[in-house]
Amino acid sequence: MQSNAMIEMRGITKHFGSVVANENVDLTVRRGEILSVLGENGSGKTSLMNMLAGIYFPDAGHIYVEGREVVIRSPKDAFALGIGMIHQHFKLVDVLTAAENIILGLPGKLRLDMREVERDILRLTEKYGFEMDPHEKIYEMSVSQKQTVEIVKMLYRGANILILDEPTAVLTPQETDRLFQVLRNMRQQGHSIIIITHKLNEVLSLSDRVAVLRKGHSVGSIQTSEATEKSLTEMMVGRRVDLNIERPQPVNPRLKLKVRDVTVVNDEGREVLSHAAFEAYTGEILGVAGIAGSGQKELLEAIAGLQPLRSGSIEYTNRKGHVKELTRMTAEEIREIGIRLAFVPEDRLGMGLVASMGMTGNMMLRSYKRGRGFFSERKQPRSLAERIMRELDVVTPGVEWPVGRMSGGNVQKVLVGREIASSPQVLMVAYPVRGLDINSSHTIYRLLNEQKKNGSAVICVGEDLDVLLALCDRILVLADGHVSGTVDARDATKEQIGLMMTHHDAKEAQP
Amino acid sequence: MTGAKEPLMHIVKRDGVSLGRAMLVRLVALVFALLVCAAIIFGLTGMNPLNVYAGIWDGAVGTNRRMWVTFRDAAILLCVGFAVLPAFRMRFWNVGAEGQVLVGAMASAAIMIYGKNLPSWALYALCPVAGVAAGLIWGVIPAFFKARWNTNETLFTLMLNYIAMQLVSFAIVFWENPRGSNHVGLINSQGKEGWLPSIGTNSYLLPILIVLALMVGLYVYMQFSKQGYEIAVVGESENTAHYAGINVSRVIIRTMAISGGIGGLAGYLLATGVGHTISTGLAGGRGFTAIVVAWLGKLNPFAMLLVAFFLVFMEKGAIQIATQFSLNENASDILTGVILFFILGCEFFINYRIELRQHAREEVKA
Repeated sequence: MQSNAMIEMRGITKHFGSVVANENVDLTVRRGEILSVLGENGSGKTSLMNMLAGIYFPDAGHIYVEGREVVIRSPKDAFALGIGMIHQHFKLVDVLTAAENIILGLPGKLRLDMREVERDILRLTEKYGFEMDPHEKIYEMSVSQKQTVEIVKMLYRGANILILDEPTAVLTPQETDRLFQVLRNMRQQGHSIIIITHKLNEVLSLSDRVAVLRKGHSVGSIQTSEATEKSLTEMMVGRRVDLNIERPQPVNPRLKLKVRDVTVVNDEGREVLSHAAFEAYTGEILGVAGIAGSGQKELLEAIAGLQPLRSGSIEYTNRKGHVKELTRMTAEEIREIGIRLAFVPEDRLGMGLVASMGMTGNMMLRSYKRGRGFFSERKQPRSLAERIMRELDVVTPGVEWPVGRMSGGNVQKVLVGREIASSPQVLMVAYPVRGLDINSSHTIYRLLNEQKKNGSAVICVGEDLDVLLALCDRILVLADGHVSGTVDARDATKEQIGLMMTHHDAKEAQP
Repeated sequence: MTGAKEPLMHIVKRDGVSLGRAMLVRLVALVFALLVCAAIIFGLTGMNPLNVYAGIWDGAVGTNRRMWVTFRDAAILLCVGFAVLPAFRMRFWNVGAEGQVLVGAMASAAIMIYGKNLPSWALYALCPVAGVAAGLIWGVIPAFFKARWNTNETLFTLMLNYIAMQLVSFAIVFWENPRGSNHVGLINSQGKEGWLPSIGTNSYLLPILIVLALMVGLYVYMQFSKQGYEIAVVGESENTAHYAGINVSRVIIRTMAISGGIGGLAGYLLATGVGHTISTGLAGGRGFTAIVVAWLGKLNPFAMLLVAFFLVFMEKGAIQIATQFSLNENASDILTGVILFFILGCEFFINYRIELRQHAREEVKA
């Protein structure tokens, strides 16, 4: 055993029924390094980490911490070994303060001295450069603040090996930078950090070494300095992958949607979308860029008939050039007048799909009303489900397997597959590749391009500006609920869009 | 952490078990349950458990009449269970079946009392219609408030139970027979006008057949109809339902109309086919036992049939052993509890298996 190895996992195997999560996996984490664990969706990264954190127990294999073989039976055992994991879904009590959450479950002294606890916490946050108020209640915090609490909680418990499962999926670019700075500080203090992420640029900029998993097996590990996006992708996928995103010229674009002066007010009475106006054309992909929560969700939902408008109008032009007003229509009414409007919402399992149903049941969400009579048709949805499973390589035990138990990438394929199957005239997608590995992401880009070539008007809300610039024809930029402008994606720059995302000018809002 | 041993056992998910094997596990669980019950009976009372078991059997299905009564009462309980089933599938917590049954029974009784002189076909037609309609209204009221103002349906349906009881008390003032007795007595006891007819000489069979038909119909409705699909989607997520263009308010009201209507039907069966009277205690807590039936049956109509039969079987047996062995009636509650514990507990072994420490030997080698 090398003397600088913090953790060694040898021959780890874990099966869930007939599903192989990990098979004979080896992994080494060295002292004071940041290790990225990389792999496609469903390649067994999270389950491997869960075995370190004491959530799962391996079927076979050995784990060594600092050279000594250990058995991790529970998260408590993991803490005792200095291993702390920050899960994708935070495990915090909403009504308690940050400090209360941090000490939750610790033995402590008979008399609880919160001031002493807070002093200790502040010492920690200063040491590593966190920004956190120990008095603040969890429900008042943003996602990134909650994540900070989780990390401090682990450090307070003396964790020197930190596991982060897709920590940046929910963060803005600025928050991500701040997190990475903190992680680098921790590395300097001798902590070992394991980070699971799909974003290759983050892997390259942050980590020292990369370990790659493929279909539950370990492929190997390399120094980050010797890796490129291309080489990592090939290790992950197991073959050459074309990382270029295709962008065909729009063919014969015609006006499809005209959105004018749309204002949406949320439950608290705040204007979340103010006088938004834009046009979408057939045969093009219109990107929508903006800082998270700038009104993207409301914009798409307003068009889909899921958000009541305070003011404004939405006009749809059909193939023959007739204009139909969708302004006050519900989703049901839009469907009834024969407009095929497909929508892939941000909240996949909470809005786009029914988690407890299988693929067949979820296909029916769009088609169950079809046909006359009292009973719903099930054969067609079933064959559609089978076709999507085949064509998009959805990994699932069968079309009746609950989609809520599939991995994130497969869930997204099911949702996008269903929406595209209706050959929509307008296709709206929100963060279509969030949480997806690079291979699945490119499958989604390809599907969007297919719809574009078929003459759909595609509207794509995204967070990765590089992708939007490579995929879209035009990009609409939102800033705090206002449209700050539309740019041509073929000659715009990231900096230009970044600037528009933070500043809006009232004059520019009227194109 | 030094000296930490691998846990003695850990739990592994099974991959799907054949039906036969699952049934075998349940059978073994039942045998264990009966053994434990035997030990409890012997330990507490010193009696021969086999005699007590025989007493339960005798009380529930010992004679032809007892058997039919058990079947019929199980059918009625099952019917009330069906009154909560569609609502529960929608995650609408209808704890108001008691009240829905009562108003249904009261409406049917009113028709029997005031329509005594109607032609018999009209009376036979009006009683169920009135019963179902009353239950339906009682179900729709909380659904409307939920759909419109998002009120809490658990509290609302629960409160309506008490209103239904007060309504029945109030009606008894007008209907009491004989005067001053403060209860209604058998309605139309001489001519049996409006009583649920017998099939041949068997007066128990018709309600059983009605409930069995309802079971099949409800299964088909929930499983294969468009409306059944909408119920499942609304139950899972209202957001998804809106997204799919489902009118959520309409589904809530429609489904509670069905639930309430079935409750009213159960009330009709109780008033015209079982008690032939009306009282505040006519529903007898079935509206709450029905929730147990629905959950233990995992909202599957056929499994609910087994649960309802088992509960009624034990209840009838309890009465018998109470008189025969002068045991407290609660003795059978203990037995019911033990049996349910084993039957429900064995589901764990159907879904998971226990794996014993396996590396222990490897470690010795290394």
